[in-house]
Amino acid sequence: MSDQDKLSPSLAAAVLAEFEKGWRKELRRSIPPKERLAIDRRPMPQRAAAARNRDFDEVNLGLRPGEAMAEARRCLDCAKPGCIAGCPVGIDIPTFVKLVEKGQFAAAAAKIREANSLPAVCGRVCPQESQCEERCNLRKASGVAVAVGNLERFVSDEERRNGGAVLPPRPAPTGRKVAVIGAGPAGLTVAGELARSGHAVTIFEALHDAGGVLVYGIPEFRLPKAILVAEVAYLQRLGVEFRLNFIVGRTATIDDLRAEGYEAFFIGSGAGLPNFMKVPGENLVGVYSANEYLTRVNLMRAYDFPRYDTPVFPGRRAAVIGGGNVAMDSVRTAKRLGAEQALIIYRRSRAEMPARVEEVHHAEEEGIEFHFLTAPTRYIGDACGRVRAMECLRMELGEPDASGRRRPVPVPGSEFTTEVDLVVVAIGQSPNPLILQTTPGLKVGKWGTIDVDWATMATSIPGVYAGGDIVRGGATVILAMGDARTAAAAIDARLRQGPAAGE
Amino acid sequence: MPRLLRRERLVPNIHLLEVEAPEIARRAQPGQFVIVMPDARGERVPLTIADWDRDRGTVTSVVMAVGTTTRKLTLLKAGDTLPIFAGPLGRPSEIGRVGTVLCAGGCFGLAAIYPLARAFKAAGNRVLVLADVKADYLLYWRDKLEAVADAFIVSSRDGLYGGTDYVPRHVRDILARETVDRVVAVGCTYLMSSIAEATRPAGIKTVVSLNPIMVDGTGMCGACRVTVDGQTRFACVDGPDFDAHKVDWAELYARRKSYFDDEIRSLCAWEEERFP
Repeated sequence: MSDQDKLSPSLAAAVLAEFEKGWRKELRRSIPPKERLAIDRRPMPQRAAAARNRDFDEVNLGLRPGEAMAEARRCLDCAKPGCIAGCPVGIDIPTFVKLVEKGQFAAAAAKIREANSLPAVCGRVCPQESQCEERCNLRKASGVAVAVGNLERFVSDEERRNGGAVLPPRPAPTGRKVAVIGAGPAGLTVAGELARSGHAVTIFEALHDAGGVLVYGIPEFRLPKAILVAEVAYLQRLGVEFRLNFIVGRTATIDDLRAEGYEAFFIGSGAGLPNFMKVPGENLVGVYSANEYLTRVNLMRAYDFPRYDTPVFPGRRAAVIGGGNVAMDSVRTAKRLGAEQALIIYRRSRAEMPARVEEVHHAEEEGIEFHFLTAPTRYIGDACGRVRAMECLRMELGEPDASGRRRPVPVPGSEFTTEVDLVVVAIGQSPNPLILQTTPGLKVGKWGTIDVDWATMATSIPGVYAGGDIVRGGATVILAMGDARTAAAAIDARLRQGPAAGE
Repeated sequence: MPRLLRRERLVPNIHLLEVEAPEIARRAQPGQFVIVMPDARGERVPLTIADWDRDRGTVTSVVMAVGTTTRKLTLLKAGDTLPIFAGPLGRPSEIGRVGTVLCAGGCFGLAAIYPLARAFKAAGNRVLVLADVKADYLLYWRDKLEAVADAFIVSSRDGLYGGTDYVPRHVRDILARETVDRVVAVGCTYLMSSIAEATRPAGIKTVVSLNPIMVDGTGMCGACRVTVDGQTRFACVDGPDFDAHKVDWAELYARRKSYFDDEIRSLCAWEEERFP
């Protein structure tokens, strides 16, 4: 085991205590491992590709109770499970899976909620194949991991169908005020954790809906808004106050909020600054950043134009530049908005694509065309300044770069031109600079990310913490939530015990 | 939700909105804007802040009814709430003691120029205000602007203020008459780009408040990108003020027309729904 596979002593002890409970021993003995190994992984039921690529309803339908219980039976309930260490928030996965096997869905949901305040979100958008499921011992034994993500989704959907999460006992109010900046996955997690500890939490959100990238970025067909609405309502019941349309840095600064009595701050303002390639023609009409394209469609509901007032180009031949999840979301959105051809243009090969395997698979089923080892070099417009074509260059893979992936190298003389009338640039985001510009003393790294002490997520300003993409520069929902849990623990300790020594 | 305290038709098609927004009023600076959405199905649009009252906690903007969003805004009544009235956004305008400042505004920009003229005056400058109107009856805020101006010039297409003229010629006339150290212009793209051309030969520093299409207004989406001095900038966080002589005006014109057909479709759909 490498160091990063080791659980914290408190988590390891809690996991072991659950593992040794009588019902778990009984359940383990009830089916021999050989029989468990013989059960096939339950496929995720999903809507037919030809139907779903025309609307924004959810693609995956979720497991039914019987299927979930059968899937849970596959879990070997190992003495040394790998899955927990693979989870950035440290969910006691075997315990919740075994509760599913017993049909105790509400208890399973409560177990997940101890570590994860957005299970219905994570069950849908986490890259499980490179986290919990990657470390699953069953995968090592049989090649096919327990479908942890699908089970997490099942359990949390079941919980929501039955009236939502049960509120924990009301904690004694501590009378301490915490300001959380940004209502994305990190901010929502910090708020939930600290509200459960009895602190008075206010989330300040720049946009008019809570959820951050979950609401403006991830499309309805992958993460229905209703799920987020339920999670936000749960946080409100926990006592979290939401101040929407409030831009910290502009409407008020962190210093202003400090003067209003806020004692601790968590900055989870995300990677809201789209990157462009800086190639000629990128400002032609019809060339979007993925952030703009997805925000128009998801947050502003341009798919329902003109009932909603915000328009978006439908595109006939749409090209999406990039190979990550945001690129997959964009290209599948373009297809749904009526593009006859929706293309992924990616400069490396399939193996290097950072997107979740499931998203790539779904995109292919929906008729998305993949063009690997290709990069745009310029966009060509018409007399009205509207994009009509793009010039691309073929690439080949060279030596691995800093990210460990093989570096794409242009093939000289391989330029070719292809017609496009919609381009979405999905090559990544940088941290939003608004708070950094207006918070003197905040130490910032070379990519514009906030520097933190990773053990506590504390920034260079006492009492100010940060997590998620604003410190990582563009990662995943679950990593942001992991940061948030670390920060929440440190904030709680600070508010209870006072500032750390040396401040 | 922010409450509309007052809506007033200043002149045909141009309306004043005064909104209860104490936090924005407290921090507003000349040159900044708010993002506004008129109703739950609306579009987010930027409006320049035309005035504020820090004591009463109110912010004033002036809008011209053109498309769906602005028409929705100009039909609101006092007491109505706005789902979004967020800000103050953008970098404040650079105000300093530079000598003589010519503040030019047209349409909604007549109001938008007011806090700039006031601030330049307060900073000890000689302030000339040039108001561009299509006809004499479209002039508003004359008293307010005159109160902060050392000279007030009206350019009106119908000639009632002395000549069938247009703004660039007035600018050239003023430059011929006296030394101007800074020009600031707020209004439609045409007004700003034509003033840029009028001041370019003399190389007088000219600052314009650009008005590209925006969505979030906080730097997140990049809808508002403009090319200035060969570099792509986001008007919402890098601006909205830019050096008029370095703006790629042709690109701005094209990008502002991005949704021309959709805007008409939207307006037709809304009119059918609203006035069946």
